[in-house]
Amino acid sequence: MRRQIEGARGVAETVAACRPHVICAYPITPQTHIVEGLGAMVKAGGLAPCEFVNVESEFAAMSVAIGASAAGARAYTATASQGLLFMCEALYNASGLGLPIVMTVANRAIGAPINIWNDHSDSMSQRDSGWIQLYAETNQEAMDLHVQAFRLAEELSVPVMVCMDGFVLTHAVEPLEVPAQAGVDAFLPPFAPRQVLDPDDPVTIGAMVGPEAFTEVRYLAFHRQMEALRRIPEIAAEFAAAFGRDSGGLLHSYRCDDAETIVLAMGSVLGTLKDTVDELRDEGVAVGVVGLTSFRPFPMAAVREALKGAERVIVLERAFAVGVGGIVSADVHTALAGLAQRRHTVIAGLGGRAVTRASLRAVLADAGANRLESLRFLDLDVALVDRELARVRAHPRSGPAAENILRDIGAVAARPH
Amino acid sequence: MFQTRIHGRGGQGVVTAAEMLSVAAFDEGLHAQAFPSFGSERMGAPVVAFCRIDDREIRVREPIVEPDALIVQDATLLHQVDLFAGLRPDGYILINSARDFGELGVGELTSRFRRERLLTVPATEIAMRHIGRPIPNTVLLAGFCAMSGVVSLTALEAAVRERFPAELAEANVAAARESHAWVSAEMRELAHAPSD
Repeated sequence: MRRQIEGARGVAETVAACRPHVICAYPITPQTHIVEGLGAMVKAGGLAPCEFVNVESEFAAMSVAIGASAAGARAYTATASQGLLFMCEALYNASGLGLPIVMTVANRAIGAPINIWNDHSDSMSQRDSGWIQLYAETNQEAMDLHVQAFRLAEELSVPVMVCMDGFVLTHAVEPLEVPAQAGVDAFLPPFAPRQVLDPDDPVTIGAMVGPEAFTEVRYLAFHRQMEALRRIPEIAAEFAAAFGRDSGGLLHSYRCDDAETIVLAMGSVLGTLKDTVDELRDEGVAVGVVGLTSFRPFPMAAVREALKGAERVIVLERAFAVGVGGIVSADVHTALAGLAQRRHTVIAGLGGRAVTRASLRAVLADAGANRLESLRFLDLDVALVDRELARVRAHPRSGPAAENILRDIGAVAARPH
Repeated sequence: MFQTRIHGRGGQGVVTAAEMLSVAAFDEGLHAQAFPSFGSERMGAPVVAFCRIDDREIRVREPIVEPDALIVQDATLLHQVDLFAGLRPDGYILINSARDFGELGVGELTSRFRRERLLTVPATEIAMRHIGRPIPNTVLLAGFCAMSGVVSLTALEAAVRERFPAELAEANVAAARESHAWVSAEMRELAHAPSD
């Protein structure tokens, strides 16, 4: 039954339907509504025997999840932004040990400058942490991905991040169908851990491994993600058969038949992109969209297959690598190696800047007229940047850039002289 | 698609208003998407919330830049924020005030937009009488239902009852009914007024 509810609420109820044993979290915007909802459900007794552990930091949250998972509990947590960074060391331990924790990342920018709004800088920073990363296009998909994530994580003994755009999805109220308990129970078998801390059958987990076997243990992590590449579409197909919804998988193509230009993107911007593409198709412009759901593992073959027919590929990213450019783009370029195509990276929607149909249309118009650079920052206010650069050249002590720019746009009062 | 932008201040239930409007639309079998302006909200700070209503799935995620309707929960914002930016020529404006557009200093709007789609309603006063607190969101939504017909008062009442505990819900429903009747009467008066 569909209800008109907030995305965060939908995720909380879906995670509850997955019957977690341990939920630990430290509050951080914009993830907070999810664990608040779960906390209330645990307190009301609806999730027994689930334990909600209030921790003192995100580092503790991930550490508790590691301990719980090693003891055979289905463990869940959620975070965002600096919270994810604070977990970083423990993230690598969770994946290195092969513990099937599921975590929601309510994507948010990383400071400085401090910013609570959406982009993908946080989860992108943990690109190589060994976690599977799935990106949700819609709130419905975010919910459905959690059910699939527990299944995938526990089958392969690998942790999974479900990434959903903070605020844009978490705080949007729309018609959502929480997967029914009976359906989830049938889809997600009880957690049968590959390794478990059991006093009756004692083992240690977390051995020091030297040069004699480190490569092999690390290779196995790679191998597990390659297995995930095979299992992700299979699990999505099983989910579709059970729940009647096409959620998850490696990627989704939209109106790509005969498309001269294809835009690849991840997350909630895909909805706006699809509307834009519909408008352009009506006007006779041959453009399509590829929504990438699985970023880790990266589906090289599927990406190549989806994009190889296009004359032009634009990768639209909500994060970037300072000093290089696109992050997703680098992998897309690897997937497309040897193909004669024009390729562009568009960095968009940083720190909550809205990605509008008007801006997307402008980018696609520029692409069609061969005016799009290989790397563009969407809607960059060049004059504002130039003003600060001029200040830097003119004054040895030009002051903090963020404060200078806020003063230029009138967001804070001018400095008294 | 019908797009509504709601302006107010932190603490006035702006985000809740957008959500309740979306729930009312959902209850009427429509697709609806409500979302806040995602600021660091605090009491008294300007807040914007959005609601899209359509008869098919809503995919777009950009803020509403060309609204069909504006609800202004706090008239002190009229000269502080560019509230009317992007409003469609046949758009609706409902302002929380006991004064009319001229008295509020926005009389020029009556020549730019359709006169019968510009209304004020003393929502805070109505809220104080029924709810005992200056939270005008439900009152304005009910007036907006009367003005625009985008959702019915019945659907709004159901959304209010879904949102609030029983006693508070009934107080809000009573306030909503008064507001709905008030705006309906205003509209009848405007329809019979000689055009100027």
